[in-house]
Amino acid sequence: MTAESPSVPALKEAFGSAILRAAVMCGDTIVYLARDRAHDVLAWLKDTPDQSFDYLTDITAVEYRDPERPLEIVYQLRSLERRADLRLKIELDPQGDLRVDSVYHLWRGADWLEREVFDMFGVTFTGHPDLRRILMWESYAEGHPLRKDFPLRGHFSRAEQVRRALSLKPEEHYSPEELEIVRRHLREDDPGRVPSGRGGRA
Amino acid sequence: MGVTQEDHAVVSEISPNWVTTKLDYLVNLARTKSLWPMPFGTACCAIEFMATAASRYDLARFGMERMSFSPRQADVLICAGRLPFKLAPVIRRIWDQMPQPKWSISMGACASTGGIFDNYAMVQGIDTIIPVDVYVPGCPPRPEGLLYAILMLHKKISGESLADRGLRQEFTLREDGLFLAPERVDELGEPFGNSVHQTRSG
Repeated sequence: MTAESPSVPALKEAFGSAILRAAVMCGDTIVYLARDRAHDVLAWLKDTPDQSFDYLTDITAVEYRDPERPLEIVYQLRSLERRADLRLKIELDPQGDLRVDSVYHLWRGADWLEREVFDMFGVTFTGHPDLRRILMWESYAEGHPLRKDFPLRGHFSRAEQVRRALSLKPEEHYSPEELEIVRRHLREDDPGRVPSGRGGRA
Repeated sequence: MGVTQEDHAVVSEISPNWVTTKLDYLVNLARTKSLWPMPFGTACCAIEFMATAASRYDLARFGMERMSFSPRQADVLICAGRLPFKLAPVIRRIWDQMPQPKWSISMGACASTGGIFDNYAMVQGIDTIIPVDVYVPGCPPRPEGLLYAILMLHKKISGESLADRGLRQEFTLREDGLFLAPERVDELGEPFGNSVHQTRSG
């Protein structure tokens, strides 16, 4: 149960100093990555036959109450054929530049996950094709709600919040343009959607 | 928004007499016995609402078995569940689309006050968005609670009179885009109960 994942020595051998440290927590292995090499490491984990982490379970972020602790971007990977899990973290300075490389082109499922982390934490994923808010509406102007410096009830007064909400036009959320974005994505994805390869990969 | 001098003149002109009260009785009988609900279910209250509509509690006894999923054919808007700011313009649009005569029921703590969701994303009571006739307490209210609210609404409708011109008035948004005055919205959104102890929110 508490054994470290065999991926850790393989990662250390392949990437050396880009693997900052590894820990085992409640039976799960957590690997801390250097930000500038993180995309290479994730691509390697996906494409190396011995690793084949073909399923991105989740991307999320954590900001702690303690100001000295870093903000973490968390990737939860799973290899469907090996039935193995691996958690990877990138540590960022909450006051600094919140910017990491997008993994959209490795796992398409990262699309909305990265949008959610951007919406809630303000982390920019460079290379993401469509980085917009996903839970809050696009004209939301109060910031990123899950940051610790965000007051629970928001920055604006209740009256201002209600006024802004009522001035929204529902048809803008469900506009032909919005639906066209979805259709365009579907068209681009079409060749990849045909599961002609192993494990659904084209 | 109040009743003008002119309205008073009209009321006294056709002040209650044998014909109008008998007509009121007939009209109100028809209205109470066929209240078509517009279900606006967003959360667990909607589950209780469905239970109310199902065979054990049987809304059909009150002529309400026909759920009107089009606001144009609806008489009573039942907001069952919490209302996020993102849905505020939607419920407002639905309310504006419903023809007179129309009534509304705010079902549950969240719809009535914001409930436990005293946060950045939630409307603190739908009465800051639309007028409400009956509030149902509970989290969620049992079907008996909703039935009681419906019977209260019946009582309210039974007391209406065609001579009262103020009843069928349409309350549109004010010029500043709000339904209530900003200070009223702020007052209604004030933390109360347990919320006042959430000091960490700043």
